Amino acid sequence: MYPRQFEYSAPASLDEALAALANNPAAKVMSGGMSLIPMMKLRLFSPAVVVDIGKIGGLDSIEDRGDHLAIGALVRHVATANSPLVQQYAAALAKAASLTGDPQVRNQGTTCGAIAHADLAADQTAAVLALGATMVAKSTGGTREIAAADFFVDTLTCALQPDEILVELLVPKAGAGEGSAYTKLGRRGGESDYAVAGAAAWVRKTNGSVDAARVALTGVGSKAVLAAAVGDALVGSDGSATAIEAASAHAAEGVNVLEDLHGSVEYKTHLAKVYVQRALTAALT
Amino acid sequence: MEVSLTVNGQAVTSEVEARTLLVHLLRENLGLTGTHVGCETGYCGACTVHVDGTPVKSCTMLAAQVEGAEVTTVEGLANGELHPVQEGFWERHGLQCGYCTPGMIMTAAGMLADNDNPSEDEIRHGIEGNLCRCTGYHNIVRAIEYAAAKMRGDEPAAPDWEVV
Amino acid sequence: MATTTSALGGAIRRREDPALIQGHGRYVDDIKLPGETAAAFVRSPFARAKVLSIDASEALAMDGVVAVYTAADVDSLGPLIAQLSFAPRPLLNGGEVKHVGEAVAMVVAENRYLAQDAADLVFVDYDPLEAVIDLKDAHSDRVIIHEGSESNTIISWAAPFGAEPEDQQAVRDQIEADKSRDDTVVVSQEMINQRLIPTAIEPRRVLAEWNPGYRSLNVWSSSQIPHALAGGIAVSLGLPTTSVRVIAPEVGGGFGAKLNVYNDEILVSWAAQQLARPVRWVETRREAANSTIQGRGWVGTATIVGTTDGEILGYDFDGIADMGAYTQNFTVAIPFLGLFVGSGQYKMPTYWKIDCVATNTTTTDAYRGAGRPEAVYYLERIIDMYAREIGMDPADVRNKNFIPNEAFPGAVSPIGFAMDTGDYSTNLNELLEVADYAGMKAERDAARAAGRHVGIGLSSYVEVCGFAPSGLADLGFNWATYGLPTAFNGSGLVRVNPDASATVIIGTGPSGQAHQTTWAQIVSDRLGIEVDNIVVKHGDTGDSPMGIGTFGSRSAAVDGAAAYQAADRVREKAAKLAAHLLEAAEEDVVFADGGAHVAGSPDSSVGWGDIASIAYQVHKAPEGTEPGLESEVFFTPSNATWPFGSHLAMVEVDADTGNVEILRYVSMDDCGNVINPMIVDGQVHGGIAQGIGQALFEEAIYDADGNLLSGSMVDYPIPTAGDLPAFELHRTVTPTDVNPMGVKGIGEAGTIGSAQTIVNAVVDAVAPLGVTHIDMPLRPRRVWEAIQEAR
Repeated sequence: MYPRQFEYSAPASLDEALAALANNPAAKVMSGGMSLIPMMKLRLFSPAVVVDIGKIGGLDSIEDRGDHLAIGALVRHVATANSPLVQQYAAALAKAASLTGDPQVRNQGTTCGAIAHADLAADQTAAVLALGATMVAKSTGGTREIAAADFFVDTLTCALQPDEILVELLVPKAGAGEGSAYTKLGRRGGESDYAVAGAAAWVRKTNGSVDAARVALTGVGSKAVLAAAVGDALVGSDGSATAIEAASAHAAEGVNVLEDLHGSVEYKTHLAKVYVQRALTAALT
Repeated sequence: MEVSLTVNGQAVTSEVEARTLLVHLLRENLGLTGTHVGCETGYCGACTVHVDGTPVKSCTMLAAQVEGAEVTTVEGLANGELHPVQEGFWERHGLQCGYCTPGMIMTAAGMLADNDNPSEDEIRHGIEGNLCRCTGYHNIVRAIEYAAAKMRGDEPAAPDWEVV
Repeated sequence: MATTTSALGGAIRRREDPALIQGHGRYVDDIKLPGETAAAFVRSPFARAKVLSIDASEALAMDGVVAVYTAADVDSLGPLIAQLSFAPRPLLNGGEVKHVGEAVAMVVAENRYLAQDAADLVFVDYDPLEAVIDLKDAHSDRVIIHEGSESNTIISWAAPFGAEPEDQQAVRDQIEADKSRDDTVVVSQEMINQRLIPTAIEPRRVLAEWNPGYRSLNVWSSSQIPHALAGGIAVSLGLPTTSVRVIAPEVGGGFGAKLNVYNDEILVSWAAQQLARPVRWVETRREAANSTIQGRGWVGTATIVGTTDGEILGYDFDGIADMGAYTQNFTVAIPFLGLFVGSGQYKMPTYWKIDCVATNTTTTDAYRGAGRPEAVYYLERIIDMYAREIGMDPADVRNKNFIPNEAFPGAVSPIGFAMDTGDYSTNLNELLEVADYAGMKAERDAARAAGRHVGIGLSSYVEVCGFAPSGLADLGFNWATYGLPTAFNGSGLVRVNPDASATVIIGTGPSGQAHQTTWAQIVSDRLGIEVDNIVVKHGDTGDSPMGIGTFGSRSAAVDGAAAYQAADRVREKAAKLAAHLLEAAEEDVVFADGGAHVAGSPDSSVGWGDIASIAYQVHKAPEGTEPGLESEVFFTPSNATWPFGSHLAMVEVDADTGNVEILRYVSMDDCGNVINPMIVDGQVHGGIAQGIGQALFEEAIYDADGNLLSGSMVDYPIPTAGDLPAFELHRTVTPTDVNPMGVKGIGEAGTIGSAQTIVNAVVDAVAPLGVTHIDMPLRPRRVWEAIQEAR
């Protein structure tokens, strides 16, 4: 209910923020705070220093950079969801953002924050995996790019170092013949709340045949993961319902499915197939 | 630390701790007790206020985060008049115990500011971040429909209850 | 909008609302006192453990910490008082803790943040013991939870109620004999009615202030039972009841969770006295889950034996109910309330038995419906299974077995209780007609033919409300242990003031039920004074007649009846005064339009102001007139009321995921006469939502060690607007004859009617796949697993 005491800083520039992190190994970055503050209130996590990047200018834009979109660290879920650019070029991410949290959470929380938080049942994590996005991490030591496939390490753990800030998310723009989609089962049924299981799919079809596909799952294991076997199975097919069904059978291959309050391993393994099939179907239409 | 902001149109400065939640700044320091606390996980939405015109959950924000911001609480939504959403809640029995009501009203007012002709489905999903245990939401939906009609200048639909 | 200004039956807007919609409502945490301190509790992380030692030195050394109290400080106050106190809770436990979340120490500090900081620095050394969490395991008595007890079964309730055990056995023997006949069908199912967390959106709050000069205690608490709480505090603290004033201001939902006297309420009051400073405690949501009461928690087997053409020959229910670690206010009475409606509104011979069993979990008590939703769930589920087994429409089975109209007045349920009024077939048949049941079935069948999994669920119910006749005090329905030996009377004071306004003072208070509006309508109806000129004061023991509380759908039927009678007595006196003013005979005086006139001569009238004027200046009144114009009435009805109804739902199941979508929900409730249809509808809406919450989402889940895994709103999902359909509400009206308004009560009907309606619909949807039963909550996982098992 009440966080423990901590030091708070709200730097006005990215450099100041990076310096604050470099100087305080125990510091934690906060953007919207939608995940961090509840954990602090429950005293499950009590950082000594909170570096609030919310006052830094210039981090809240979605930019079209030719072959990719750049989503800044402070772009809110609602902005990602409603962005015509994201809807057109990265439909899976727009949909995932629209199903994140609830309206007030989407108004305050950020896409990059949710990705860095790396909740095992988050929505946008699966979308950035399927879309083959790249995370841009900055520290006083410099800038590095991390592929989404390398970004999610474990539950609530991503590849960012403690002194790094995820400053932007680079999402390849869907070109001709490419489509993506995200679909999920929420904890109360329907699509609301955290995902019991969700799947994001990105597919490219050339001359009537699937020549690339990436599918990712969320909610079924300890983190969002690529379902690599699905893409492999689908490539070379005609992307028909039959081909999708056959490829979806591989959904949980190589995925460490875990039981929780919302589903057994058997159920989640099954849901992985169902939602991969639904996501692929949507991505291909 | 000190935080300065505008609350319901008034400039205020208040002494807070870094850990002070926005809702406690409003309720304890400023005496604006219309904003309620119902959970600790950001789920119930009873604490919803507008920060710079946008509905957010004030129990899941630090007071420090709103430095320089404009905050509107239910007390300041219409400043003694009734906002169409407040009127709708009264006319269509959108509240019982009233505890979720301020947050529900703030969310609904934010929703209708963006779209004054939402479908029932849009209304229902638009208030998914606000939990009510009394009404089953039926009359809350009707209240928001009433407000939307008023804001559009239309005649609200008749109430659902049968008068005998 | 449709309004009637005064008469019973008008859908007038709520008088509560202007304050509440503008953020000016005053709930406990909105009331601030100078010099306040804040309390926090240190709670056990173990379900069962010996407390070896408590080290509060670091907490006490913190700046801003006022005090830390442990069991040794408060043992002299005795354990927490309860009505039926078989296993009382220590106020703070220094011996053997018995559930996760049990309080072992209380910290008082300068503010709530510091109180929590200090609570984290109280170090408790525990020796964990084997906890008994599983209800059947506890029932086996493998491990005894309460030292000195012979069994974990605290008490058993059996029916036919009041019959000798051998007569009860005879009923059971007859049912057994029918089961073994060649020409009968037996349907039996073990079912779980899972534990729930009430989840009022306002958690509980307490604020206490001791005045050492007046030696009086003011306590603000988010309570459904202010008078009982005042009594409980007074008895625990050794104070006269009159020294304790409890105020329940705006209460942000109760649903039974605030129908208890809690240890925190006693402890905060005591600490305020010790410290001579106000002490506030604000419950966290996790505490609301772990240390405020939970509800339901039954496992039982329902069995029907019947003919192949739908005549039920006997019904047998054998269950166990989870009491949790301690007995509190109504803990063991909840299954007993279930027994009241064990045979529902049906005429079949019934044997009904339940064992009330302790476990190392949070105490259970009343949650909306309180025993009745559970009992009705088992009965209405097994009737549905029986109908399916014999291939008969479930509506026809119900119609065939209802207690007939000819049985009223004087109907006695097979389980042994006299029922007031009922017209069950009309209610069900009107529902089927208004909902177009035939059309729904055709729609379902067409959907099925198209490969969809659509189902229809039906349930009827009868409940028992309006507790209670004075005689029930002997069964434990009284506040004697709180120092207030009173039956569950209704009470109300009605006063016409010298300025012709009216004041109504009641000893209970609402937690959303709109007493200010409803009581004003009642009194306006009797006196003809405009609703806007009537003030209703509630929830304050300082100035109100002894009131029992707002629970069990009793307010209108019992307390409302008291106010109705009080108003009538005021009117009787006023009639004498008006007759004097009008120079007419008293029996010719008619009250209307804010005053009185002689029958047939409305032009010659006197206003309430004229009447009040001579009532308070009796030298102008007939000789012998006592000054004043008020009446206080205590009301005890001749019987409880028995509301009833029928609900119907249509759902669609996604068989690939187990996801359930409610397509339609239609209800036909009968709560007798209706005071304000708008408010009655609101009660039904909320009740249905809570029943749907139980059916689809909600469950207090414990792990084997007794940790509550669903102790936050993240893991205990109550329905949101997006999860629910619009509800189609309808009514039949069968007035009761046990109170002058003919009202029965509506607060719990929606909940009692709905959970099994949804389950029946879901099972109907997946019955073609071979599913016959699924235990609640029907989260997607469980529905999918049931389909897999059936396949």
